[in-house]
Amino acid sequence: MKRFFDSELEQFRSHLIKMGEISIQQVQDAIKALVEADGDQAKRVIAGDDELDELEVRIDEEAMRYMSLRSPIASDLRLVIVGMKASHDLERVGDEAVGIAKRVKRLAKEAPLKSYIDLPRMASIALEMLRDALDCFLDDDAEKAAIVIRRDKEVDALNKQLYRELTSYMIEDQHTISRGIELMFISRALERIADHATNIAEEMIYLVKGKDVRGTSE
Amino acid sequence: MVTTEIPMDTRSTSPESPNPESVQSPGTKAVDAADKTLIDIDHVDFFYGENQALFDINMKIEEKKVTALIGPSGCGKSTLLRCLNRMNDLIDGTQIKQGAITVRGIDINSPEVDPIELRKRVGMVFQKSNPFPKSIYENITFGLRLQGVNDKSRLDEVVEKSLRGAALWDEVKDRLDTSGLGLSGGQQQRLCIARAIAVEPEVILMDEPCSALDPVSTSKVEELIHELKTQFTIIIVTHNMQQAARVSDRTAFFYMGKLIEYDDTQTIFMKPSHDQTEAYVSGRFG
Repeated sequence: MKRFFDSELEQFRSHLIKMGEISIQQVQDAIKALVEADGDQAKRVIAGDDELDELEVRIDEEAMRYMSLRSPIASDLRLVIVGMKASHDLERVGDEAVGIAKRVKRLAKEAPLKSYIDLPRMASIALEMLRDALDCFLDDDAEKAAIVIRRDKEVDALNKQLYRELTSYMIEDQHTISRGIELMFISRALERIADHATNIAEEMIYLVKGKDVRGTSE
Repeated sequence: MVTTEIPMDTRSTSPESPNPESVQSPGTKAVDAADKTLIDIDHVDFFYGENQALFDINMKIEEKKVTALIGPSGCGKSTLLRCLNRMNDLIDGTQIKQGAITVRGIDINSPEVDPIELRKRVGMVFQKSNPFPKSIYENITFGLRLQGVNDKSRLDEVVEKSLRGAALWDEVKDRLDTSGLGLSGGQQQRLCIARAIAVEPEVILMDEPCSALDPVSTSKVEELIHELKTQFTIIIVTHNMQQAARVSDRTAFFYMGKLIEYDDTQTIFMKPSHDQTEAYVSGRFG
């Protein structure tokens, strides 16, 4: 039976999906700006963050309102709680994209330290994780979410590898230090984005199965 | 008795009345009550004999909105509801000593207003469903027949329209000649709502309409309330706070015969202005 307030939940879901789409786009654009040394693109990413911030506030308002007026239970309640948490993670993904863009703005003024191979690879894994985590939300597919959680290690490993590589650059040539540090932070930002994707995947498993899997993965 | 028809036009007759009790919270749409006031309860003191049951109640009820009256037992919410169609006239010794209640600017307690006429305009649905021991068809047509309507095709039309309006048509269309008492509790309550809307009132008063119903019937009635507000002004007394939150646009909280707070439902349930309201809606009362 359809309830007259179901449209409010639909709207809530669609706002969360929109946040997902924008945050993915922001990360993509930030990495594109890095690879193409495009300071203007980086500026656009920084400006694009406002929309995510506004959506997060809106989702929180909708959740508060829904909980106060509709007394949700079971899957409705899980959706509202998960929606609030996931929107926070997505907002943080957006912040990481802005962090990357700010560093790109500075890096774009200098010659590239090395050709960018590992960073785009990390980014594409982190973005896939984000997409898959959001697909679980669209399809109620907890299996996909479990795969996302396992992939977090790939990104962690790439981050460590890059850390070692950049350290060796900096030891050899002190002129690379400022660029090396910027790149380390970008690597770290991508690793954080994968962490947020993992959080979202855990939240989606909770949404679909009602099971809290945080801290249980090997 | 001379009767005064309460005009049926949908415009309010007092466009510049202010809306002092509306406290807007951020994010809520400003309600321009000036244009929309249908019922004006103006500083009403009500007595059962020597006992004062309502103290200086002052509130404007907006047209085509659902207004919920909430508060603990004995707070005066049902008394106020019954004032709105003069049901209290039936109890000896009751009296409004101060103030007035107007519907579209007409004082409903003035000697020219016939209470029977008033109750046609301001219908009521009770806590316990009370279909007449007659067929479903006759239950719906009872009010119209009293008004002298006998045209079969007109009556048929009203029966279908009212039952559809009360979301009951599909369930009973094949047994309109069977007794209304043979329906389930939830169906009986919707039959009573159909009977109330058959005479095309402007206002429907509902006194705990779901308290005797199971959750499925309750959500059907709530769904119905949501649909009816496009045509009718609805005032509902309920003890079920979640219900008030779900179905109403405006909520009034009463305590010990006083109107403590009256605001948008969202404000009452998310950030009420008074501590007593907060304590009541969060279940921390007393």
